[in-house]
Amino acid sequence: MGNITKSKSLWSHAWSSLTADRMALISMVIIGTYTLIAVLGGLDLIASDWAKEVGPSYAAPSWDNLLGTDIFGRSVVAKVIKGTEIAMSIGLFTAIVSTVIGVFLGSIAGYYGGKVDEVIVWFYTTFASIPGIMKLVAISFILGKGLFAIYLALGLSNWVHLCRLVRGEVIRHKDREYVQAATAIGGGNFRKLFKHILPNVFHIVIIQFSLQFQTAIKSEVILSYLGLGAQSVPSWGTMINDSKLELARDVWWQLSAATAAMLIVVLAFNILGDALRDALDPKLKGK
Amino acid sequence: MNIYVYTIRRSLYVIPILLGVSMMIFFLFNFISGDPTSILLGPHATAVQMAELRQELGLDRAWYFQYWDIVKSAFTFDFGRSWTTKQQISSMLSSGAIPSMTVSIPAFIISTVLSISIALLISFFRGGWLDKTVVFVCVTMMSISSLAYILFSQWFFAFKLGWFEISGYENGFPDFVPYVLLPILIWVMMTIGPNVRFFRTVMLDEVYQDYVRTARSKGLSEYYILFKHVLKNAMIPIITYVVIQIPFLILGALLTESFFGIPGLGSMTLDAINGNDFPVIKAMTILTAVAYIIFSLITDVLYTVVDPRVRLK
Repeated sequence: MGNITKSKSLWSHAWSSLTADRMALISMVIIGTYTLIAVLGGLDLIASDWAKEVGPSYAAPSWDNLLGTDIFGRSVVAKVIKGTEIAMSIGLFTAIVSTVIGVFLGSIAGYYGGKVDEVIVWFYTTFASIPGIMKLVAISFILGKGLFAIYLALGLSNWVHLCRLVRGEVIRHKDREYVQAATAIGGGNFRKLFKHILPNVFHIVIIQFSLQFQTAIKSEVILSYLGLGAQSVPSWGTMINDSKLELARDVWWQLSAATAAMLIVVLAFNILGDALRDALDPKLKGK
Repeated sequence: MNIYVYTIRRSLYVIPILLGVSMMIFFLFNFISGDPTSILLGPHATAVQMAELRQELGLDRAWYFQYWDIVKSAFTFDFGRSWTTKQQISSMLSSGAIPSMTVSIPAFIISTVLSISIALLISFFRGGWLDKTVVFVCVTMMSISSLAYILFSQWFFAFKLGWFEISGYENGFPDFVPYVLLPILIWVMMTIGPNVRFFRTVMLDEVYQDYVRTARSKGLSEYYILFKHVLKNAMIPIITYVVIQIPFLILGALLTESFFGIPGLGSMTLDAINGNDFPVIKAMTILTAVAYIIFSLITDVLYTVVDPRVRLK
């Protein structure tokens, strides 16, 4: 037969268009670096002594302390690094929670239709009618404080958009020929939904995952402001929130450092999200 | 289906949503949030004190009475009294609404008009360096924490440069003007990024349609096409996007208000959250939810009126 060239799949197409996009490539490197910092921090290999006093209170940035010190004379660099670990864990776990809920409810509603669909649509329409901050507050009241509560509160209040998208896509797919073929060879509902339809709507999940990730990192700041954020570990949110007392004394470095650290990774996720959309959404091909 | 039948059916759908919202509020704040009396009285409260307070707040009544209160308040706007200030919540709401609106309405209008203009401009130059730069700036602005905008602007523009009032508020026009300028500017900075990006996407969706190609092949100028054809057709998603934001104007600029000492609904809500003032939190939640439900009804109906392509099912 000689050499049969296998036609490129959506994913290998997407990968080659992602790597050809310089901005997307830079974003992936940035996210990779942040992930590495987070993992090293989590293993206590770096910034484990962030609570140590390294200089006077509110020392301005200098060669000794590149980003200055906070009220207790702790290094802002070390706090930003420790904060990276917190932020990345919040982004990851929140995105997982909201993706699992969104995909599960969305695919079931879209696939089964009828009463199941009506109930799920009613539920998320109701849920979406309550402003986000109120949901965050209510869920945090219930779950208490701490990182685990943050993952759940942010994840639970952020799944509606994905659920809508997945539902719409599953409805578009469920009567296609390949699903009929699966029915013909005796595939059950579960198999059709998870083995056949979901892989075809998975690109939406990936795009949304990267957007959820950065939304969560940004929302953590609001939680910190409300006193519902990370406790006894430095997070970018608590650092930004602390600076409301510092700015009157012209202590700008903690705010700037935490804002910049967040800006870079959130920007990277935004750019990657856009690039993923361009690469994975067949509707946009050729534009 | 006839448009009137659709409107009526769509309006009836408000009922289950409203019941759902009140159920969720009841569930979140009355049912599983734990006993608010222990929060209010502190850790040293005796059981008797807690029981008395529970009775005073009406928390000892059967759950269906408490649930019914929530449903009723969505229609009567009688939310009872605040736990911390002891004032009638309805009068707190009406006194907070004006200060909130002096910030949120001008800010919303400026941001929307400015964003649409920028989006039109860059879709005229789509793919060029201007387009790419503006999109990058928008995404960058979206990536900055909202709290950082507030803190930095207040410190730099008001405290350092002295261009604006640092904080405070006075009632009545034009006395409030100097106090709302910087909050408006901050609102515009926070919202312009996502707005421009959305409007640009909407316009570019239209630019690649067949009718635009036809218009171009007829020899119409790019300028004419953009204003006469693209903007007109893009108006439907633009209106939907704009209208659906209106209910959230009630909440005001939550964080900005409290940082600038504006006595609006936003800072009232934040105070309530910090003070565990459940009735006020519930009132604001119900108010925003009701407004959201009404405005999504309006957009849905508008949508079918302006766009005959939308099939009524």
